[in-house]
Amino acid sequence: MKIFVAGLNHNTADVEVREKVAFSGARLDEGLRRFRELPGIEEVMILSTCNRVELYTHVKDTEKASESIKNFLSEFHNVNRTSLDKAIYTFDDVNAIRHIFRVASSLDSMVIGEPQILGQLKEAFEIALDKKTTGILLNRLMKKAISVAKRVRSETRIAENAVSISFAAVELAKKIFADLSGKVFMLLGAGEMAELAARHLMSSGVKEVIVANRSYERACDLSKEFNGRPVKLDDFLREMVHSDIVICSTGAPTYILMKEQMHKVMKERKQRPVFLIDISVPRNIDPKINDLDNVYLYNIDDLQGIVDTNMFERKKEAEKAEKIVEEEIEPFLKWLASLDSVPTIVALREKAEEIGKEELEKLMNRFPDMDKKQQQAIEYMTSAIINKLIHPPTKALKEDPEDRDLMIAIIKKLYGINGEENKDK
Amino acid sequence: MGTTLFELALIFYFAATVISVIELFKEKKVISHLMLSLVGIGFVLHTANIIQRYVVAGHIPITNFHESASFFSWSIVFIFFILQFRYKVSILCSFVMPVVFLLMVSSSMLPQEIKPLSPVLQSYWLVIHTVVAFLGNAAFAIAFGVGMMYLVQEHYVKSKHFGGIFGRLPSLQTLDELNYKLITLGFPLLTLAIITGSLWAESAWGSYWRWDPREVWSLTTWFIYAIILHARLIAGWRGRRAAMLSIAGFLIILVTFFGITLLQKGLHVFL
Repeated sequence: MKIFVAGLNHNTADVEVREKVAFSGARLDEGLRRFRELPGIEEVMILSTCNRVELYTHVKDTEKASESIKNFLSEFHNVNRTSLDKAIYTFDDVNAIRHIFRVASSLDSMVIGEPQILGQLKEAFEIALDKKTTGILLNRLMKKAISVAKRVRSETRIAENAVSISFAAVELAKKIFADLSGKVFMLLGAGEMAELAARHLMSSGVKEVIVANRSYERACDLSKEFNGRPVKLDDFLREMVHSDIVICSTGAPTYILMKEQMHKVMKERKQRPVFLIDISVPRNIDPKINDLDNVYLYNIDDLQGIVDTNMFERKKEAEKAEKIVEEEIEPFLKWLASLDSVPTIVALREKAEEIGKEELEKLMNRFPDMDKKQQQAIEYMTSAIINKLIHPPTKALKEDPEDRDLMIAIIKKLYGINGEENKDK
Repeated sequence: MGTTLFELALIFYFAATVISVIELFKEKKVISHLMLSLVGIGFVLHTANIIQRYVVAGHIPITNFHESASFFSWSIVFIFFILQFRYKVSILCSFVMPVVFLLMVSSSMLPQEIKPLSPVLQSYWLVIHTVVAFLGNAAFAIAFGVGMMYLVQEHYVKSKHFGGIFGRLPSLQTLDELNYKLITLGFPLLTLAIITGSLWAESAWGSYWRWDPREVWSLTTWFIYAIILHARLIAGWRGRRAAMLSIAGFLIILVTFFGITLLQKGLHVFL
């Protein structure tokens, strides 16, 4: 009875390998079914995301299972076995439990603390539940992993603060403006980064989008995409008057917005605050503009600085999270070990009941005239004696982890039980 | 009994002040709820204390320095709760409670006995004038707290160094709007206080305006807040400037309240 994990992730496999090995949609159902049929695999679930493909299994023998899983993966996805071997990592026992807890808590993610993985894990678990490929062990393990992840989320600040430039910009905007929904947003020049930031801002619900670009055609295309309004680059100053958030990346070699110009704009805006994000290199907005009241100017380095600080904070929080994971492993191991004593407990009880039954039969044969009431009384007494005799060793086996192996051995010897035979019951 | 209620309120305000400072640095729902409950209990006790003094004295208990300071803090907490109800800015507590606590402490150190009220002052104007004046000043006191919060937050955003309480403070726009709302609440109340005060003066002493120092300072305050509102509406003086002006405005109120009352020998000598 072993927990076994085999998988590959962004650290061990390139996207070319990951995409080949990924299980999506119907392939996932089929994969689950066929994995479950492999000999020696008792339970299985598959977690397949863009950054990782992992198999969580309950197996009889890890080495055999490892081999058959790899063979199967290579055959199922039609991937060359050697390239697979290079990418695949495996964990068993404590390490497997730790790995699953760490994955669920987003400690193993490419961006530490990213929240999607927990949802993906839950979904993968639900699919496995639906297909009935998991059992008592994996079910308990997954529920525990989800609760560990929740504990990490609530007890550490691992998922707080933006760790990408565009999210950092949106978070800052929320510290300047109470609510982005009524705000006008201008895209000044259309680089890739600007577009990304624009998309994040759009999803925070800005009211209007203006796109100004040197190539008016490109402005038109982009504004169609964002449902915005294209303007000529030369007209951008006029539009500044009613833009609250401006992302600038024109690719111009010099400043295109000077302090004096901004000063005038602010007067016309009646000093309503404005958030300028200059992500162009070389910079397009005169940095002195930040000295003006109610103007908040950030360049690419400022934003990167925020991201770095936040990343550093997350790493610090990740250390706390690792401790939580370690704390949670212990109780799960205890539960797992208590499963070892189950066959012995069952066998002991069967043995006792068997003896009871034999002796009862003998007694009934000797006194055939006993009436129903007396018979019942004797049956009742027999089962009471059995229960009372069995209760203390059962309790000790369940609750005392330290001498469990010794106790199991002694009980087997004393009562002549062979636990292995009963294991599958 | 009245004293006990007052001291109990003081104790609860003190506890709330301590918690409110912790709340600045630790974001926890429990802490925030604890703080609000402490302020709430303090406020109920404080209200009971004021009612009790009213019953004993037979007139509104805003007739000596102890009572004024006490009623001033009561008004601040009252307006805080209105804001809390509307805007859910419990972090404001951390900036307002220390002021409330200091006012309560200074109030507790002043003579608390209830003296018979001079017949000149026995008029319904007493109630209207004092209550309106203190509620107005309380709005300005909170605008002062909000102004401080604005300056701190603005410093974080401008300097691009985050940390400290950056994450705990509301957005600049929220703070600026709050500041504006409070001043638009305080300004009419202050105006009303000056009008009722001069009407009361007329009925008590036969003249509307006597250039008594308190009257002069109140007028000064009135002009400052008039300028804040005017500048905002016409020239768009918002944000940092509005915050600084509202801080200045409240400092002048404090000068009026403590300075003049303690030093002057004018008509408001009873306060």
